[in-house]
Amino acid sequence: MPIKHSRLDRSLLVLNAVFLTMAVLLVILPLLYIVVASFMDPSALLSRGLSFNVSDWTVDGYQKILSNPAMIRGFGNAVLYSASFSIVTVLISICAGYAMADARLRGRTFFMTLFLITLFFGGGLIPTYLLVKSLGMIDTIWAVIIPNAVNVWNIILARTFFKGVPHELKEAANVDGASEMQIFARIVLPLSKPIIFVLALYAFVGQWNSYFDAMIYLDNTKLHPLQLVLRSILIQNQVDPGMIGDQLAMAEMKRLSEIIKYAAIVISSLPLIIMYPFFQKYFEKGVLVGSLK
Amino acid sequence: MQHSLKTHQERTAVRSRGIQSGLEYLKKTYLLYLLLAPALILTLIFKYGPMYGAVIAFKDFSPIKGIMGSEWVGFKHFDKFLSSPNFEVIFMNTLKLSAFGLFLGFPVPILLALMLNQVRRAGVKKNIQLFLYAPNFISVVVIVGMLFIFLSPTGAINQLVIWLTGEPVMFMLGPEYFRWIYILSDIWTGAGWASIIYVAALANVDPELHNAASLDGANLLQRIRHIDLPTIRPIMAIVFILAAGGIMSIGFEKAYLMQTAMNLPTSEIIPTYVYKIGLQKGDYSYSAAVGLFNSVINVILLITVNFAVKKMNDGDGLY
Repeated sequence: MPIKHSRLDRSLLVLNAVFLTMAVLLVILPLLYIVVASFMDPSALLSRGLSFNVSDWTVDGYQKILSNPAMIRGFGNAVLYSASFSIVTVLISICAGYAMADARLRGRTFFMTLFLITLFFGGGLIPTYLLVKSLGMIDTIWAVIIPNAVNVWNIILARTFFKGVPHELKEAANVDGASEMQIFARIVLPLSKPIIFVLALYAFVGQWNSYFDAMIYLDNTKLHPLQLVLRSILIQNQVDPGMIGDQLAMAEMKRLSEIIKYAAIVISSLPLIIMYPFFQKYFEKGVLVGSLK
Repeated sequence: MQHSLKTHQERTAVRSRGIQSGLEYLKKTYLLYLLLAPALILTLIFKYGPMYGAVIAFKDFSPIKGIMGSEWVGFKHFDKFLSSPNFEVIFMNTLKLSAFGLFLGFPVPILLALMLNQVRRAGVKKNIQLFLYAPNFISVVVIVGMLFIFLSPTGAINQLVIWLTGEPVMFMLGPEYFRWIYILSDIWTGAGWASIIYVAALANVDPELHNAASLDGANLLQRIRHIDLPTIRPIMAIVFILAAGGIMSIGFEKAYLMQTAMNLPTSEIIPTYVYKIGLQKGDYSYSAAVGLFNSVINVILLITVNFAVKKMNDGDGLY
C-alpha cells in the first residue's frame, strides 16, 4: 500500500525534486563546460561563451596535447604504475584478508590492532621519506608502489568477504583430501572474483589520480606519471613552448595554452570516464561492504 | 616414589602431546601465517619503521651519522616551532580549515541521502546517483586545475561577477577566499559519494513504519525526523568520529596545489609547512618535530571526539 501524501507532503516532494535537479546540474555543468570548451576556439569562447556553432570549433587543443611527448610518457607511466600497484596491493590484501578471516589464526586481535593503529598514527612525512631513501627506492617505480601497498581498509574489506564464504565448502574440500593451499587456490580464490575486482578498481583509480608520492620520490621527469605532467600544465602554467611552435606570436601561444588545458583535462580523465558507468555499482558495493560491517 | 614417577611420566606425556598438537596446529595453519606475512612485514617496515624514525624530532639528524648516531637534543625543535612567529598562524590555519570543512561538509551528504531517499522511482534515483558520484573520481590535480580555470579573472565565475559588480575578483590570490574555495570544492567533489552509506542505511527502513506513521497523520518532515534520522544516527556518529580523527591530517595534496604566493597567509597549513622545511629546505629534524606535534594533536582530538560522541550517543562510539 503506497504512502498517502498530504498536500504539504506533495509540495515538499516537488521542492525535493527541484533541489536534487539543482544538485545534479551543479555537478554536471562544470564538467560539461570543460568538455565543450576543449573543442572550442578560445577567442570565441571568451567573446561568446559556449556555443554549438560549428565554425567556433577546433581540435587544436587535442592535436597539441597528443603531440606532447611528456604527456604521452606520463600516460604510459600512469598505466604502468596503476596496473602494478593494483596487482601488488590486491594480492597482499586478499592473502592477508583470507588469513585474518580464519578463526584458527591465533593472535588475530593482536594483528588487527597492529594494522588499525597505522590508520590513526604514523611516523610522518619526513621519517617515511628518509626510510624510502635509505632503502634506495628514490627514482624507482618501487617508491610509488611498495610503501602504500598495504591498505588496512582493503584488508578489512577482504576479511569481511571471506567471512561470508560458507565454511562447509572448505570442510567438504578438506574431507576430499585437498590441502590448505589447494583449498585457497582452487576453491576460495575463484569465488573471490567480485572482491578482487572491487579492490583492483579502487587501487587503479587511486594510483591513477595520485601525484604526491611521485612528486617526492621521483626526481627524474622521465618517470613522472600523468598527474605530475598535468600539474605543470594546469597549475604551474608550464606549457612547453615547443609544443606550440616558436614561430607563433605570444598572443597565439597564450591562446593555445588555454585550450591545451581543457584538452589535457579531458584526455587525462578519459579512461575513468569510459570505465565509470560500468563500474559504478562495484564501487558502491565496495564502500558498503567496507563501512557497514 | 612410584607415585611421583608416574606423575613424571604423565607430565612428559602431556608435554609431548602439547608439542605434538602445537606442531599439528602449525602444520594445518602455517599457510595462514604465510599469507599474512607480506602485509605484516610491509606494515612493520613502512608504517612502524617511520614511527621509530620519528625520534629524529628529538635529535639533530645528520644523514651521515644516521638515526642512531645523531645527537639527542630533547625538545629543542618543538620549542623552536612553538615559539616561532609562524606557529600560531599555521596552527590556526590548519585547525580552521579542517574544522570549518568538517562542520560545513558533514551535513551535506546526509541531506543528499534524505533527499535521494524520497525519490521513489529506482531508475531515476540510480541516474541521479551516477551523476552525483562522478566528481569523486576526478583527480585533485584536475579539480584544482578546474578551480584555477573557473575562478581566473576571465573565467566563468568572474564573467558573472563582472556582470554584477563590474570588476573581477582575484579568487585564487586573495587569502580571504582560500578557505571557502577549498571547503566548497571539497563538498562539490565528495558529498555525493559520501552519501552512499546513508542511502544504504535508509534503504533498510521498513516501509511499513512510514505507512503507519502517515496513517497516524505524520507529514513528510515528521517522518524524516522520527523514522529516518534515528535510523542513520549511529552511522552519523561513526562518520563524524572518523572525520574528526582526520582533522589535523587534512589533505596536503589539495592545499599545496591551491597555494599561491598571495594566499599563503591562510593557505599555509602544517602539512605544507612540513613539506617545505623538510623536503625543500632539508631541515629534517625540525620538520619531523612539526609533523609529530601534528600527529599528537590529532590523536588527542580523536580520543576527545570519540569520548564526546559516546556520551551523546548512548555509548555508541567507535571504540
